This record gives sequence, C-alpha cells and structure tokens, in this order.
Amino acid sequence: MSTAGAFFQSVSSDSPPRPRQKFCGVFCPVEGSADGKTLDLDALSACRGGGRVIDRQTDISQRRKVEIRESTGKEALQNLDDKRSDRLLIKGAKIVNDDQSFCADVYMEDGVIKQIGENLIVPGGVKTIDAHGRMLMPGGIDVHTRFQMPDRGMTAADDFYQGTKAALAGGTTMILDHVLPEPGVSLLSAFEQWREWADSKACCDYSLHIDITEWHKGIQEEMETLVKDHGVNSFLVYLAYKDIFQLTDAQVYEVFSVIRDLGAIAQVHAENGDIVAEEQRRILEQGITGPEGHVLSHPEEVEAEAVNRSVTVANQTNCPLYVTKVMSKSAADVIAQARKKGTVVYGEPITASLGTDGSHYWSKNWAKAAAYVTSPPLSPDPTTPDYLNSLLSCGDLQVTGSAHCPFNTAQRAVGKDDFTLIPEGVNGTEERMSIIWDKCVVTGKMDENQFVAVTSTNAAKIFNLYPRKGRIAVGSDADLVLWDPDVTKIISAKSHNSTVEYNIFEGTEVRGGPLVVISQGKIILEEGNLHVTEGSGRFVARKPFPDYVYKRIKARSRLAELRGVPRGLYDGPVCEVSVTPKTMTPVSSAKTSPAKQPSQPVRNLHQSGFSLSGAQVDDNIPRRNTQRIVAPPGGRANITSLG
Amino acid sequence: KIELDRLLIKGGRIVNDDQSFHADIYMEDGLIKQIGDNLIVPGGVKTIEANGKMVIPGGIDIHTHFQMPYRGTTTVDDFAQGSKAALAGGTTMIVDHVIPEPGTSLMEAYDQWRQWADEKACCDYSLHVDITHWNDSVKQEVDSLIKDKGVNSFQVYMAYKDYYQLSNSQLYEIFTFLAEKGGIVQVHAENGEIIAEEQARMLQMGITGPEGHVLSRPEELEAEAVFRAVTIASQTNCPLYVTRVMSKSAADIISQARKKGNVVFGEPITASLGTDGTHYWSKNWAKAAAFVTSPPLSPDPTTPDYLNTLLASGDLSVTGSAHCTFSVAQKAIGKDDFTQIPEGVNGVEERMALIWDKAVTTGKMDENMFVAITSTNAAKILNLYPRKGRIAVGSDADLIIWDTDSVRTITAKTHNSAAEYNIFEGMELRGAPLVVICQGKIVLEDGKLQVTSGAGRFIPCSPFPDFAYKRVKARKQLAVLRAVPRGMYDGPVSEFSMSRGGTPSASARTSPTKQPVRNLHQSGFSLTGPPTPDEVPIRPAGRRIVVPPGGRSNITSLS
Repeated sequence: MSTAGAFFQSVSSDSPPRPRQKFCGVFCPVEGSADGKTLDLDALSACRGGGRVIDRQTDISQRRKVEIRESTGKEALQNLDDKRSDRLLIKGAKIVNDDQSFCADVYMEDGVIKQIGENLIVPGGVKTIDAHGRMLMPGGIDVHTRFQMPDRGMTAADDFYQGTKAALAGGTTMILDHVLPEPGVSLLSAFEQWREWADSKACCDYSLHIDITEWHKGIQEEMETLVKDHGVNSFLVYLAYKDIFQLTDAQVYEVFSVIRDLGAIAQVHAENGDIVAEEQRRILEQGITGPEGHVLSHPEEVEAEAVNRSVTVANQTNCPLYVTKVMSKSAADVIAQARKKGTVVYGEPITASLGTDGSHYWSKNWAKAAAYVTSPPLSPDPTTPDYLNSLLSCGDLQVTGSAHCPFNTAQRAVGKDDFTLIPEGVNGTEERMSIIWDKCVVTGKMDENQFVAVTSTNAAKIFNLYPRKGRIAVGSDADLVLWDPDVTKIISAKSHNSTVEYNIFEGTEVRGGPLVVISQGKIILEEGNLHVTEGSGRFVARKPFPDYVYKRIKARSRLAELRGVPRGLYDGPVCEVSVTPKTMTPVSSAKTSPAKQPSQPVRNLHQSGFSLSGAQVDDNIPRRNTQRIVAPPGGRANITSLG
Repeated sequence: KIELDRLLIKGGRIVNDDQSFHADIYMEDGLIKQIGDNLIVPGGVKTIEANGKMVIPGGIDIHTHFQMPYRGTTTVDDFAQGSKAALAGGTTMIVDHVIPEPGTSLMEAYDQWRQWADEKACCDYSLHVDITHWNDSVKQEVDSLIKDKGVNSFQVYMAYKDYYQLSNSQLYEIFTFLAEKGGIVQVHAENGEIIAEEQARMLQMGITGPEGHVLSRPEELEAEAVFRAVTIASQTNCPLYVTRVMSKSAADIISQARKKGNVVFGEPITASLGTDGTHYWSKNWAKAAAFVTSPPLSPDPTTPDYLNTLLASGDLSVTGSAHCTFSVAQKAIGKDDFTQIPEGVNGVEERMALIWDKAVTTGKMDENMFVAITSTNAAKILNLYPRKGRIAVGSDADLIIWDTDSVRTITAKTHNSAAEYNIFEGMELRGAPLVVICQGKIVLEDGKLQVTSGAGRFIPCSPFPDFAYKRVKARKQLAVLRAVPRGMYDGPVSEFSMSRGGTPSASARTSPTKQPVRNLHQSGFSLTGPPTPDEVPIRPAGRRIVVPPGGRSNITSLS
C-alpha cells in the first residue's frame, strides 16, 4: 500500500469534506483518476514513503538547534536570514488544486513541499500557520509581464523589484517576462541583459519569453541555442507594429515551423499592423490626437482578423499557438471556434480585459485616458469583461496574465499631441488574482479549482513547469497562497505596490485576496506586511515539448505525411512558354514575376534544341534538372486519354 | 429584316426574382415593349409558343476569363468561342476580367480587352478590371475608368505572391478609394504568402503533380483571406465581393459576416457548385490538371451540396463560372511542377443547367431564387438592373425559355468550348434552355445555335449601385469620429529617443523625429497673453490653452 493510498483512505474516513471531484471543464478527470496524481509523485513511483519519513526524522535530530532559535522572534520564524531553517507547516488548510480540493496539512522545507497529509510527523518547533480551513492554493503564475521594459530610451515604471513585489502582494509567486530585443540586436544578448536585470532585482521566481522582432537565419540558430541551453520554450511574434516589430505572413510561417521543430510555443501579438497604421494616419488626419484615437485606430475586428490569421498559419504548420492579450469578444470567439475545430491554441486574457473596459479612453482627463493605452486596446464594449470571464470559466480561454507594463504620466505625456506616441501598457500584476476571483468565483462563473487552473496550473502546464509549479503536491515548489475569500479591498493607486500614479482599476472593490503568501518556502506576505528580498528570485528553466501541448502535435505530425500520386510521365505535347519563370524569387510561388524579368531570352522556336550529345540551346537557362523526360524506348504510353 | 427584330412569346410563365406570372411578351429592337395578355402587336411578327414553359431573364455570368493571355499563350476560348458557349447554356451576358500585367497601364489593358471583345463577342458584355499593382497613377486610372469607361468593379489579389499580390496596406488604400468612388471591390481571396511557403514545401517533398496544387492551397488559407478581406472592407466601409467561393469554410465566413451586417457578396462558381477536388488525385495527369484553378476545388465531396444550400438561403449571392480554359498542351507547361500549371476551369456553358439540377430539382430553391442568383443579383451589383436581370417593359430582350424536363449529359465531345476536357464530364443534368433570345434575336432554337461574332455590345456599369451602396452611404453618415475636447496636458513630459523612426507611414511609435522636445524649464506663461506662434509648433493651432488668470486647474489629478 503506497502512502498515497493510505492517505486517501484516511481522508475519506476521518475528514468530512471528501476530496472534491470536478466533472466538467477542461480538465475533466475520469472519476478516480486524480487519486494517483495528487500526492507524492516520488513515493508513488518507488513506494518508499515510509522510508522517507524515517530519513527525515534523522535530519531532524541533527537540526535540533533551530528550534531554540525559533522563539527569538518573528523574523527568525520567517527564516528571513537563515537558509537552513526554511521549515514551515500549514495546518488545517483546504488544499485547492485544479482538479480537486481536500483538507490536509502541508509541510515545507528548503523551498519544497515535503509532506502532505494529516498528523504529519514534523520536526518540533517549525513555524506553524494555522489556516483554520481556509483555502491554500498554488501561487499564481503571471504569464505575461513586461517589467523594466525599455521603450525609446524610457523604461517601464516598474522594474523587476517593484514589479515582482507587486506580484507577490497580489498572490502571484512566479512571473514570465518578455524579452524584447530591438530589431538588429541579438536574441542572446537581449536574453542575457534581461537575465542580469531580473537576477539582481526579482523577488520571486521568474522565467522568460523571447520576442522575435525580425527574421533571418541567425535568429533561427539563436532560437535553437535558447531552447537547448537556456531554458526558453516560448517565442512571441508580432503581427502589429508595422515597420518595427511586425513580421510578414511568410516570415510567421517560417518562425512557426522552426518553433514546432524545436518543441516550443508560438505566442502571437495579434493585430493587423497594416490596417492599424492606415487607421492611425486617417484618425490623425481627422484631428483626433487624444487617447481615444488609440482605440479608434485599433478596432476589435483588426484583432480578431489577426487571431484568425495566426490560427490559420499555426494549423498549416502544425504548431501550437498561444494568443497573448485577448482583449475583445470577437478575438475570444475566434479562439473558441478554432479550439472546437481541434486547433491547439491557447488564449490569454489579461487583468485589464477581464476587469475593465475601454470607455475610459474618452475620459476628459488626459492622463487618466492615457493610462489605459495598451495594444490591443481595451474594448469600448462594456460587456467585454463579463464575456471574457465566461469564456475563461468554460475553458475556451485558459490562462491569465497581466501584461503589466505601466508607464508614469510624464512618460505617457510623450504622446500628448499624438496618441501613436503614447507608450503602451497597463498595470495588473497585483490585481490579477483578486479581479478574477471577484469576477468569476464570487459570481459563480467558476469554482475555486478552475480558478487555480486559470491563474496558475494551466500556465505551468503550457510552459512545462508542471508539476513543479502550479500544483500543491509533494516535491513541488513551496509557492503557496492562503486565500481569504471574504476580505474586501478597494483598489487604488494610493495603496498599490506599483510606482505609477494611475491604477486602471481605481475604485474597483474586489472580494477575495491573499492572506498569506509563501514563495520559495518563505513567508512573504503575512498580516498585510510584505517582506521581500531583492534578488532572491531564481530563473526557472523550461524544457521544450511540454506534454500538455505537444502530445497532440506529435500525433498529428506523424499522420500528416503527404504523398504524391504515382503517375506515368506526361508525354503529350507541351505548350511553349515565352518566359522561363521561377529563377529569381527565393520562394517558389505560382506565376512568379515574369513581368519583372523581361531580359530573359525568348526561346527560338525555329531552332531545334535537340542534339545527340544531349546538350540543348537553352542549357544556360537554369531549371529543375532532375526531372527531364525522355521518350521511353518502347514507344510512349499515352496517359492523356480520357479516363 | 426589321421583322426579325420583332418577337412575340405567347403563353409563357414569366419568372422574375420576386414572382412568377403568366403573360405574353412582345419585343422590338432588342427591347421588351409590352407584357400582358392579348397584346396588340403589329402583323408579321415571329411568334414563339411557350406552352406554359418558364420564361426567365437571360443568365449573367459575372466572372469569365475569355481570351486571357498567359505567358505568351492565350486561353483556348476566345470571346467568340466563349460567348457562344455561354449562349448555348442560357447565359446572355458575360462580365470578363481585364488583367493588366503588373506595372502596365490599366487603361491600355482595358482598351485591349474592349477591342478583343468588340470584335468577337456574340452577347453583351461588361468588364471588371483587376488591380495588379498600386500607385498614384493606377489610382487616377481607376478613377477615370469609373467616370468615363463604365467600369464599376475592380478585383484585387491576395494571392500570387510577388506577382499580383497586394499588401494589406495597399488593400486598405484601394478599398478606401473605391468606397469613395462608388466601386465594388472584388477579391481573389487566398493567403499568397503561406501558399508560396507550402508550395516550396510540397516541391521539396517531391510532390510535383496536380495534387500538390490542392495540398499547397488548403481551404483554410482561403477562409483566412476572406476573413481578412471582410475585416478591411468593414474598416473602410466598402462593399466587398468575394470571387470564387470554393470551400465550405470560406462560405461560412461570408455568411457570418453578412449576419454581422457587413456588405459582402459571395460568388461560388460552376466548378465549386458542381464538382469537387478529389480528381486532383486522378492517375491521368491531364485530367487532374484540367481541374487546376485557384482557389482549388475542395477535396471535401460535400462541398458542392453545402455551397448550393448557402446559395439557396441567400448567404451567397451570385454565381459565375470563372471560365478560363487551357488546352492539355498548355496545362502541360506544368507537367513537372504543379506551380506552373496554368489555372482555370470551364463552366460558362454548364452554369445554368447545373444550378437548376443541383438546387432547384432537389428543392433547395425555387425558380425565383434561381433567377436571382443566376441573373438578377448580378445585374443589381453591376448597377445594370432593371435593364438586365428582369423581364419588364423597357428591359433588354435577353431571355430564355427554360425547359425543366430536358436531360442532357455533359461531355467534352459535345460542349461548345475548345478545351479537350470538361470537368463535369459524364454528369447528367435536368433542365436546359429551349430557346435563347439575345438582343431580341433568337440565338438558340431547336437545338440550333445561330450566333453572330461581334454582335455583343459593351454595357457600361455606373458607380454607386443601390444594391450595395444604400447601406454603405447610410453608415458613412453615422461613422463620423470625434475627438474628445480636453484641456491641454501641462504636466511633465518624459524625454524619449526616437531610435525606431524612419518609416513612411504613421505607425505606432514612429515619425515625429523632427519635433523639438518641449523645454520644460521655460514657462509658456506670460502676462502679455499667448506666446508667439513660432515658439512652440507642436500643438494644433486651434486648441491652445492659455493659463487662466485665476491660476491653472490641475488636469492631471485623479478624477
């Protein structure tokens, strides 16, 4: 009998709330299938649970000294300075994973969850938190942040310290930031730059997405290096920002093909940059220069169009797709439809699109209106947040980020006379968990398990961090949040942890918030006090080919082999073509550019090209040389007959 | 001779797109003069007894490519051959596409086509002009084509990369321009960039036969491009016309867009309504190649039925044939490389009978809807209604007596096209024209075709067809954008570098490199009033704010 089995028996017999099963939603488990997964993964494979406890007890006898220190004060209990005493016990919590909830105690040591169960045998004197039946969930993962992002010589107002501090205050214990290399800058050097910034400042674990802002062979090699040696498995391409970041469809196709071969995730910023550029010009011409021009020039259709296009390219290349910043109903609809058709596509609404709408762009207060500027913009349709929350609840959208990239008002004012110059980005990393709880769980759209799925587990699965992150299980990282569903808070720029003057959720009252936040096994938030350590965040490397994403992709690529039809060679008459095409263009498209090559010699029809040596007059014209047809010696088979 | 131009049809049932009724029709000088019972007509008029058969407006084939030049050769059906085939099938008007080579003048190409057609066409015709490149001079030519030359529809290509294909920005400009001038935008909707990539991949894998054509142009790429075209059209408030709807998913996007209120018309062609793309895998290369057209026929065999249903429900509006036939020898240019196979299928002759068989005999649509989608809707889009597309007093005498019972088998042996293959080979169709009257003259009677090469007239189409533009005009009036009047932002402004500038278009985060950065240390306030205009050229002139005498109100505060 394994430990896991024993635990489940005890749960069912001793504690009244049975493990909660979820029978709907994306992760619809077969009944009972969760039994093996929830608990000690190591022990399950080796059946050595009993032995481990004994091992641990010997540990304890060696470390008795720690207990004496325990009593000296809260700081010591929080183990802020002593690495050896990273021990923490949470008693009486309702553990909420994405598949079920159950009551148990959790014991952590060295930043890792060591035991889950009841009546745990733990060393004496560990710091104990009594949860009184409150929910204990995996810490949030914010899949999309842009801390410290450079933009035209300015830098986003929140650096990695401020940003991760805000994240932790909101219950998010891991962030995935975007590396944005300027076109012309090497991906690797940009990656190193971001690593340096983050390593010195981040307070919580982090990982990095890389943005592909231009495309050539060198980039492909760098992507390979990043995936193989640097723990990156996601790349973002831009369909917007014409002439800066935007890639053409053909380039996107090539990028997606490379990404698929590397086993990474293709992320896409989906907006039709060409149309946006045209609209911006038109709207500026009309004399609209304020932030309302931003949303007018980025209509929601343009977003939906680009989502549709990237879905098409992804299908074509059999590449998993991840749409960042789903801001509008129609874009979300396109994703939902594509999923119904079987496309491997994930949608990421952000805090802003889930929590507020674009009506503020018409605010008379310029600074306030400018604070909402982000791309794609918030939809002016006030029913959008509700709709996106519904899709999030039913599983059509899977993960949530914040796209946290705030600029302060002086920085925004760069675009005071021209909305196209306003630096883009909104806040949201701190508010993310609470907003989703308030909009989805309190309203009954989703249950707490789905909440964990969309704020943490799905992200971990997609980016191959699961089960290290995104789950409360033995062996997982000790990134936990003790959630209080009853606390009420009014969001305000006066009290938030970001450095900007405006909070786009200003005045929103949200129910639900973190009571205790534990990151890397240390208590970060307790009784409203934040204790963060600058630079304590670790870079978490991610492996390619996440199962969650690539199982289907792999099966499909095995199936999708195309075969030509074996035919007799066509030996009928062939019309002469005046121009030999297909020599100049790098990519072989139909009917390519004969008009652009007028200098090609016209073949002389009167002069026979045949000679006994096999040489022909037009041998100098390059052509596909492997497929020349000779008339067979036994006479020609007529394959051109009707039939 | 005059009497030949006078014609009376007795005892027919007139079928228009809105209703059917019994009446006699009297025609003179190529026009319908009287409709009714017991008509008073001059003596010696040729009379046709219809015996209760249906009399319907002659078909309008809104999409043909007769005599199209292609790399030094020409499609085998010229205007004479093509329009003869059209008349044989009950189509009394065709609309052909003028395709100027990229870089050449639209006007010259138009004149060339006019010359060819005027010499040879046996029935009335109009022209669409394809825009294969875009610049200011093309823009002016388009303008004068609309104003002086009777062209109101222009096709743009989203496929044929590096050749005909236009970028999204160019499409946007063309759509904007045509919306202003009252033209109809037609799109060839396929994502050319991805096709180019897929073609390269297919050839690399060693697939060189016609099946590579359909494999490299999956139906999704068509649907994607339709979606994009719809987006741009709705952005620019321009009516959109999608030529050659070949797949279910493309048709779905059109019907969704129509549900959302977009002004978009879809044109399935004879080929997509009558057959499917399974033939690309035929072992007979020449047969497989005969089906090559773009977008390709869908390999999904349920496609024709689906498209017929959408046609019946009104989600698709018009039908063409995209008749563009090449001989086997011409198709064989691409015998070792499917990307070189000239594209085009037949269908101008079969169109009416095929739709009757697939849609009316099966009960999907009634005879009125049949008239609408084979003739009336096309006339409305081209702004030729009610001259064409309707049996009414004053309309052109282009009409056919339709025999619902006749059964014919389609074969290349008997068809009027010059091509060796007929993609509908062996198909048995119920319904055929019994008598075809074109310009008031009988061209088909008792199975005998009597056509006059060069009899066809060019019919000019005027801009702003009501059918498409009524809604567009109303929306234009509504869609005026207004800026929010705000106080000037007077807080601090961050310094920023413009390293990313240097682009021609006003895209995000670009351009005003030349603007001086405002000096924050220098106050704009002075007792004498506003600062001199040359001092700070940043702000639009009409909106300057002077610091009010009572002190400045802080507009950056939270509110």
